[in-house]
Amino acid sequence: MSNTVSKTLEHKTPEQKNVAQVTQTPLVTYLLRLGDSALVLGQRSAQLCGKAPALEEEMALMNVGLDLFGQARNWLEYAAELMATESEGNNQGNIDADHLAFRRDAQDFRNLLIVEQPNGDFADTIGRQFLFDAWHVHLLEGLAAASDKRIAEVAAKSLKEATYHLRRSSEWVIRLGDGTEESHTRMQRAVNNLWQFTGELVQFDEIDQVMLDAGIAPDPDTLVTRWKATVDEVLNEATLTRPPYDAWMYTGGKVGHHTEHLGFLLAEMQYLPRTYPDATVW
Amino acid sequence: MADWPLFEVFIRSKHGLNHKHVGSVHAADRSMAIENARELYTRRNEGVSIWIIPASEITASSPDEKEPLFDPSNDKVYRHASFYKLPKEVGHM
Amino acid sequence: MYAQLVETGTSKLKTLDEMSPEERQFQERINDEIKIEPKNWMPDAYRKTLIRQISQHAHSEIVGMLPEGNWLTRAPTLKRKLQLMAKIQDEAGHGLYLYSAMETLGADRDEEIDKLHDGRAKYSSIFNYPTLNWADMGTVGWLVDGAAIVNQVPLQRTSYGPYARAMIRVCKEESFHQRQGFQILLTMMQEGTDDQKAMVQDSINRFWWPALMMFGPSDEHSPNSAQSMAWKIKRHSNDELRQRFLDQTVPQLELLGCTAPDPDLKYNEETGHYEFGEIDWKEFFDVVKGNGPCNRERIEARRSAIDNGAWVRDAAVAYAAKRQRRAA
Repeated sequence: MSNTVSKTLEHKTPEQKNVAQVTQTPLVTYLLRLGDSALVLGQRSAQLCGKAPALEEEMALMNVGLDLFGQARNWLEYAAELMATESEGNNQGNIDADHLAFRRDAQDFRNLLIVEQPNGDFADTIGRQFLFDAWHVHLLEGLAAASDKRIAEVAAKSLKEATYHLRRSSEWVIRLGDGTEESHTRMQRAVNNLWQFTGELVQFDEIDQVMLDAGIAPDPDTLVTRWKATVDEVLNEATLTRPPYDAWMYTGGKVGHHTEHLGFLLAEMQYLPRTYPDATVW
Repeated sequence: MADWPLFEVFIRSKHGLNHKHVGSVHAADRSMAIENARELYTRRNEGVSIWIIPASEITASSPDEKEPLFDPSNDKVYRHASFYKLPKEVGHM
Repeated sequence: MYAQLVETGTSKLKTLDEMSPEERQFQERINDEIKIEPKNWMPDAYRKTLIRQISQHAHSEIVGMLPEGNWLTRAPTLKRKLQLMAKIQDEAGHGLYLYSAMETLGADRDEEIDKLHDGRAKYSSIFNYPTLNWADMGTVGWLVDGAAIVNQVPLQRTSYGPYARAMIRVCKEESFHQRQGFQILLTMMQEGTDDQKAMVQDSINRFWWPALMMFGPSDEHSPNSAQSMAWKIKRHSNDELRQRFLDQTVPQLELLGCTAPDPDLKYNEETGHYEFGEIDWKEFFDVVKGNGPCNRERIEARRSAIDNGAWVRDAAVAYAAKRQRRAA
């Protein structure tokens, strides 16, 4: 596979560094995938501020958001450092995590499609969180043993957080699935609608292969098996019907082909740095 | 709408200390009460262990009974170490 | 303040001689700075006033999340996003501590929240002003939380035990809020572009007077103050706290290199205090009565969150009941 991705975006002022032009090794792409998924899902939880179904849930939703933004920052900082060193002499010195978060356009984001899906009702929110958590926990378990020390450290810390997220989201899926008739209907609908985005969680591509060979990414078969086991167990307890694993799947986030929702999410998130491109501090 | 019942929350802030009452949370069930207590009362590393108990299950002494309940122990000085005068030679005991 | 114009239901202060033996014992306990605890006898008016004050305080924390939530999705850096989110989360937490203290008085949280949603309960006037630019996140932290801290520090010694303990927790956690806000402003004033500096001044212009109004009307127009002070659920007069806030804030304003929208603001060498112009109390009472720029929007946001969540809360209760049945 090609080890570099180079693109030119025209809407940036000359002084601004063109992030997408920077050499992108598979490791950088892999880190962007991790960081962008955490960032975009964190942004979705930020959008829920003040809208939780109970006051206690405000606390919980924001705790998840804080964890995810923290993880995003860790992954993106690492990615930015690698980009800066790898493109030395190429005038890319000032790329940092904020630059990656706030100055890239949608096609340069590498997050999973599931995390950019709208908040919908609480069943949609919690369904999205659960399907992601069930994958995230098992991925991080693998990454905590990565040959790359820094990745292993960030993963180990993130794993503790994700484990709690999974506990909480599983319990809510079960409560809603096995709660009232209305909550059951809503939860089932949410799972059905989100299901098409789960194929991407367990999709294994060239980047994953390079990372597997480098002793970073975990074995994909184990990841798939564990993910399915968690999903089956929780959906079953929630009295929900699991859609088939071989259903048609919508993919593309990992290579920058997103759903329509990401553009709006970024427009809001990146509003200030984009409107005031000369501002260097905030 | 059925309301979520109230649970009283007790936190052990450090290993070796007692659980201490910190307040209450609303929750639909006990495991949610533990989680809600964790989100609310341990945001700054304040806890290593949480107890929750339905507020309706707490029996408290009445302030009217304060005298019969607590005053008798006021004069049981022999329960305090300082009651026992020992010669200096014994040293710290 | 976060609890403004709290009705005490008593027009005249009783002397110790006019009190019943129970009331008298209660008042003496307060005079001796002994905390009143939930199961102690207390006059009905004290209980009701406290429920009103604590719920108002709690509502303010919860409604106060909204103007900041308005910028959470647009915070310009990851660091600012994390700080702001942690701060808003603290506010939700402070609301919950306070509701918890309120419930020890026998009040029901859901009932009190209903009163907020149908306009019977008040919350701080300040949160009915819109947040229009990013600098407002700094100004809210610096001026609004600053004013709140001036009010809350003495409340740590308030006569009702659970309220005092909740305030101790709140004050401990809130210390970072004001610093966080001031730092946002200072960074933009010292290292920012002209646009950013203009943002800061614009924000201060809009929040300055509403922040001073937070302390409530002058003492001569606060008919409930005397009773609240006697009960020690209020420990300083509105004017005294306002002055304290102003005296600590003006030097910070100068440090920022900004100005206040008050031509009469000046330092009085003799008194050692800052003097300020006339507060527009008509605006304050309008806002308190529901006619501020954002009153309807704020209440609607809170009401729809709770209404839309009803099926979720119901489901959780239904599930808990099912599980209990299965276990039995």
